[in-house]
Amino acid sequence: MARTIIPFGPQHPVFPEPLHLKLVLEDEIVKEAVPALGYVHRGLEMLADIRDYHQMIQICERVCGICSTIHAQCYCQGIEELMGIEVPARAKFLRVIWAEIHRVQSHLLWLGLFADAFGFESLFMQCWKIRERVMDINEATGGNRVNVSVNIIGGVKRDLAPDMTRWILSELDLVEQEVKRLEKVLLHDYTVKKRTVGKGVLTKDQALELGAVGPTLRGSGVAQDIRQLGYAAYGDLSYTPVVAKDGDAYSRNRVRFLETYQAIALVREAISKLPPGEISVKVKGKPEGEIVSRVEQPRGELMYYIKGNGKKNLDRLRIRTPTFANIPPLLSMLPGIELADVPVIVLSIDPCISCTER
Amino acid sequence: MTEGIIVFNMTPNVLRNFFSKSATRLYPKETRETFGNVRGELYNKIEACIFCRTCARKCPSQCITVDTKEATWQCDPFVCVYCGVCVENCPKKCLYQKNEYRKPAIEKEVIFMKGEIKKEKTEEDQQEK
Amino acid sequence: MKEEVISVTPDTLGNKIAEMKKNGYRFVTMSCVELDSDTVDILYHFDKNLELAHFRLTIPKNEAAPSISPVYFAAFLVENEIQDQFGIRFDGLAIDYNRTLYLEEEVQRAPYCRITVSNVEGSEGD
Repeated sequence: MARTIIPFGPQHPVFPEPLHLKLVLEDEIVKEAVPALGYVHRGLEMLADIRDYHQMIQICERVCGICSTIHAQCYCQGIEELMGIEVPARAKFLRVIWAEIHRVQSHLLWLGLFADAFGFESLFMQCWKIRERVMDINEATGGNRVNVSVNIIGGVKRDLAPDMTRWILSELDLVEQEVKRLEKVLLHDYTVKKRTVGKGVLTKDQALELGAVGPTLRGSGVAQDIRQLGYAAYGDLSYTPVVAKDGDAYSRNRVRFLETYQAIALVREAISKLPPGEISVKVKGKPEGEIVSRVEQPRGELMYYIKGNGKKNLDRLRIRTPTFANIPPLLSMLPGIELADVPVIVLSIDPCISCTER
Repeated sequence: MTEGIIVFNMTPNVLRNFFSKSATRLYPKETRETFGNVRGELYNKIEACIFCRTCARKCPSQCITVDTKEATWQCDPFVCVYCGVCVENCPKKCLYQKNEYRKPAIEKEVIFMKGEIKKEKTEEDQQEK
Repeated sequence: MKEEVISVTPDTLGNKIAEMKKNGYRFVTMSCVELDSDTVDILYHFDKNLELAHFRLTIPKNEAAPSISPVYFAAFLVENEIQDQFGIRFDGLAIDYNRTLYLEEEVQRAPYCRITVSNVEGSEGD
């Protein structure tokens, strides 16, 4: 059989962002896949040289548009640990609220894109229509739709007034209702199952060996989530990771769909337990030493390595985003599947390329 | 019913959408009311400004240029990321953000404001330093 | 860092990594930190049941580091990234992009190095 090399991307109808895959095909079956990156590489890590450690918050937020507040949270937590700052309890809960609202928004975005990948246009639009409500919550609480910019070193910038939290809860009730109407479609529909069940299988051992993170890891039956560490206020909230066993595209879809409910439940719980008090503390001094800070992003484990040297600029800031870790597992999912399924499999890891390349 | 074929699950949603009001707006004819806290267009109440350069130093995108001698304040709104750091740090609280976003434009422009240096203002500036 | 960072040399690295693999650790990532004009730190981060483990390898810039991608395949991407950004070469990479993962072929300098541009060895291959 003759081998053909098909360039998949960087511009492809299913990709919101530019990823290039060289697919080696035998007839219609993928034999090998090699990724090529570098289409949106911005060198954000090196901006730590010319921006001080407070300004880096806004830069970290812009690593990724979809999970911006979680990037800032991870960075702030790292710096706080380095400088020995104890964040007020209220700020911790507020961080959780914004992070989980972001997770809802990110998962709804992904569910839409995933539906689009297998050609379910009306489902795509429905997901994004629901997401718009969540974006409104972001805008009304944080001030911006996407980069809400609420985290600062030592706490958060903005507080939630009681009438605002009531409004958030009522909006989230509506979001949950509308998402529930999609449950039958996303989890049980014939078309969806036909395109996703048994496609792109990643076994539990493979997932661990190849360093998969987030829903890709949990979709393969590993109940591992950085939120289990109890950072911010997660230790005070009831939380168990959502797991699916099969490791195929459907399992990852299922994990993300159920996590949407879970994130809404976490926001509710955090609001009900929201303690009174200050929302930030004053920061004095400069960060010194090195630290690894980890949080759970919608796409998985996010890791920041921060090295400070007692000056206002950081010595080194290294960002390992979840998609970066999920690309090697993706490469092992692709061999053996049909070319027509490649978009679905690639989308099933929730690729965020501007995150990956930073 | 067996596991078999479950189809037309999307149909109730489609019908619901068909009979409910449109999810989109006829923008720009019809616009949504803005939320109270939104970080929109950035401006300076130049008569209160002391040209201390705090905003220019704190800005993560470095879109603000302040000339202390000439008493000018400049902002490139197309470089600004609307994070609100300058507004929070302004000692005179003369910077403010509107609740509306800047409209898309086909040409770039720079917000240029000229004030005047008052005697007592410079003294205050030195005290802060 | 909260966890202990174990120092390794290029000779002992292989054994340590194989041990981690045997003990079921998940490869998290590697971080490259420029120390001065001649040396860099390469940090290896591993995770098992949410517990982190770190190794530190300090090597001169013009020396090639041993690649761990034959053991942990997932490391090939980050090793290629370090090749691009710091000009450090890795021996025995599973997939070697030859410094073209992010960079164009004609780029000779290491963009993430502040102090010097020492890439004599690397430029011969290009």
